[in-house]
Order: sequence, then C-alpha cells, then structure tokens
Amino acid sequence: MKEEMTFEMAMARLEEIVKLLERGDAPLDTSLKLFEEGTMLIRRCGEYLDKAEQKVVKLMKSETGEPIELPFEAGEN
Amino acid sequence: MNAKIYGVTELNNRIKTLLDSDAELAAVFVRGELSNYKIYPSGHHYFTLKDQEGTLRAVMFKREASKLRFRPENGMKVIAFGRVTVFPRDGQYQLYCAELSPDGIGELHIAFEQLRDKLYKEGLFDKDKKKPLPKYPERIAVITSPAGAAVRDIIRVLGKRYPCAKVIILPVRVQGAEAPPEIVGAIRYANKYKVADLIITGRGGGSIEDLWAFNDERVARAIFESEIPVISAVGHEPDVTIADYVADLRAATPSNAAELAVPDSAELRETLLSMQIRAVQALNRMIAQRRDRLMTLAEKRVMKSPLNYIEDRRLLLDHLQKHFVSAAQRTIAVKKERFVKLAAALDAMSPLKVLGRGYSLAQKTDGTVIKTAADVQCGEMIDLRLSSGALKCEVKERFEA
Repeated sequence: MKEEMTFEMAMARLEEIVKLLERGDAPLDTSLKLFEEGTMLIRRCGEYLDKAEQKVVKLMKSETGEPIELPFEAGEN
Repeated sequence: MNAKIYGVTELNNRIKTLLDSDAELAAVFVRGELSNYKIYPSGHHYFTLKDQEGTLRAVMFKREASKLRFRPENGMKVIAFGRVTVFPRDGQYQLYCAELSPDGIGELHIAFEQLRDKLYKEGLFDKDKKKPLPKYPERIAVITSPAGAAVRDIIRVLGKRYPCAKVIILPVRVQGAEAPPEIVGAIRYANKYKVADLIITGRGGGSIEDLWAFNDERVARAIFESEIPVISAVGHEPDVTIADYVADLRAATPSNAAELAVPDSAELRETLLSMQIRAVQALNRMIAQRRDRLMTLAEKRVMKSPLNYIEDRRLLLDHLQKHFVSAAQRTIAVKKERFVKLAAALDAMSPLKVLGRGYSLAQKTDGTVIKTAADVQCGEMIDLRLSSGALKCEVKERFEA
C-alpha cells in the first residue's frame, strides 16, 4: 500500500477501475493504464492481506500521558 | 336499618372496580417468596407469593412467562411486577404478573429499566446517532480485562479472520466499583490519542452483578460520546446491557464482536481474485473488439494484398491513359478534318484560282489593284499577274467606260 493510500481507498479505487474497464468506453491506452494500476493495487492489497502475523499490543499510559505499546501475552494478569 | 343487600357477583364487581381504579395497583412491584409454583398445560404459570405473615395469589400468563430469564422455584425470593385485580368468579384478588425476577438483583433490574428509559428518552439509542463502522479497520482497540476469556476470543477470531489489523488492548477491570471509571477512562483515552479506528468493549458472560459495569450510566455516556465507533460485546446472547443499546453495534458475544468488526480476509482474497478476473476479461473483450474491427478493415483488398491493389491502380491508370490518348487523337482528327474543309473553301475563293481560268490581275507598282481605267495614267508602268507568271506593261492609251 502506498503510504497515503489506505486499504479501504485501494479497494474503492479497484472497484472503480474494474467498473471503468467493464464499461469499455475508454481509449485502449487509458484502459491499459487502468489495468496496470488495477493489477498493481490487487497485488498490493493481496500482500497486505497476506501479512500473516497478527500484531497484538497492550497500551499503557506513560508518565506524560502518552500511550506506550507493550507486548501483550494472552492470559496475562 | 335499611342496608343495601348485594348479590355476590355484584359485590365482587364492586370490589374489582375499586381495586382497578387504584393506579398504584395497576403497576406494582411486590417482593416475596415463591410457593406452590405450578405450570399448567395451557402454559400459564400459577403461584403464591408469601412473606412471614401473608400470602398473595399470582398468575403469569403464557406470553409473559415465555420471557422469563430464569427458572422460578419454590422458596425462591423474587420481585414480581404486575397489576392486582379481582377474579370475580372466585372472589379472589390476585397479582397478574407481567415480569418476575429473582430478588437481590431486583433492584438492579429496576435501576436498569429506569436508566434504559432515561437514556432512550435522551436519544442515546437513536439509530441515526450510530456511527458507521470502518469497512477495513487497521487498528482495533479492545477495552476489556486482559485476563478474561473475552480478550482471548477476540484476539483469536481477529487473528483468524483478518490478521492484518493491529489489536491494541487497553486493559481495564470489568467488574467491581472501579470498572466503570476505568472503562470510561479507556474509551476517552483511545479517542484522545486516536489509537484506533474501532473500539470493542465488553467481557464474558456472568451474573447480572458481574455485567453491571456495562449498565453504568457513565460507561453508556462515554460510549455515546466516543468519536471512534464502538462495538459492545457483553456476556452471552441473552444478556443485554445499556452498553449494548448505546453502542454503534451490539455483538452477542466477544467472539461475535470480532467477527462483526472485520471482514474475512479469505473472502477478500476471493474478491480480489474476482476483480482480477473481471479486469482481465474486460480488457480481453476490449482487445477482441478492436481486433474484430481490424479484421474487418484487413478484409479490404488494399490491406490483404497491397501489390494487387497497386497493380489494379496501375491497370486503371493505363486504361485512363489510353482513353485519354485516343480521346486526344479523336479531337485532333476532328480538327484536322475541319481544317481541310476550311482550306478547300478558302482555296476556292483564292484569286489565283480565278487567274487559272484565264483572268489576270492588274496592279499598280505599289500593289494597288487597278479596278477602273481612271486609276492609271498614260505611260504609267503597271504589273499584270497571270495564272502563271507576270508582265510589266506600259499604259499606251486609256478607254474610259
């Protein structure tokens, strides 16, 4: 995912691209560019989903009040 | 003594009217111990409420009884809610019980109902106040006990369905007097530092006292005020708390909350795959259309065999050239013919032709044609042109006409 593009934005853009392609009224070179962009987004979204490792943290308040992330062990007290 | 004598039914009806006109008796809570509890085949429940000194007959009809959340037993202390009226056939007054709950938590129940009604009237449960949940949450704050089964269930289900979302645990106590302020604090803290785009708060099942923190007004208001959407996940399916009413989404259990919070990444992969297929198909279709158009064009002779096309054009050119040449020749012939005719006509008119017939032409030396005798003087030299050759002559004598 691009820094500025969230997964949600990427999915929305993908929907849009597929619809544009299916409408089929764009010039071929534009369509090819859309297709390339779509393929890139699909790959990136897929990679995002494949980030298999789930991150779980415990949030604690620092002395100044800022949140600090600590590792979380299930079942801890 | 002139006392009115009632019929039995008449008196019963009079008493009934009296009781029915008392507003307090129309909606009354009564505390007592269950005895003589019987469930009739009709589905109606009949029982007696008693305390140290007295008893009260009560009935709970099938419709209300079906909503009971516990199993009533003889000897159980309960709080019943209903109206008191007379059944004229038996001449007995009794409680028509609408709700029955175990005592001890009875007061909690009342508090619950009162708070629920109050917040409902304030609009905290309004559908249009519910915030939409993010479609693909990236960070999920879980506000619950770090030790319970709830947190494990939530982490497990989130990890299975959508491991790409980060899970941020905000540990709080979920029961006891400290629980409500801790839950409120965590909700506000998550909002203040925008630690997540979705909050799940709740705990596993338990008694009504155990769940009580989620019936706390402060917790309800904190959930309502949260900018981050909140999913409530308290207890088991039938337990409904105030938090459930006010949350943007109510989950039946903590696991269910995790299921509702995130999409299934396996399904998303399917979606991505189908989008890939759709994109490829769309592009193929587009290319096929253009190829068809190209083929139609290619069918034309110029594309199919350009040399033949050129040959065709050359033949046409030759043909045109020949045509042009013969047309030009024809034009020349016509003009030539006309010229010959004109030349013949001209020839016929030539003075030379006249001379040929024996006439001659007299001219002065300056070339002027002599037409009358007066045109010349005696002794003047003149030229005489004949059909063949010419003579220079001297005028000897003039004969005027």
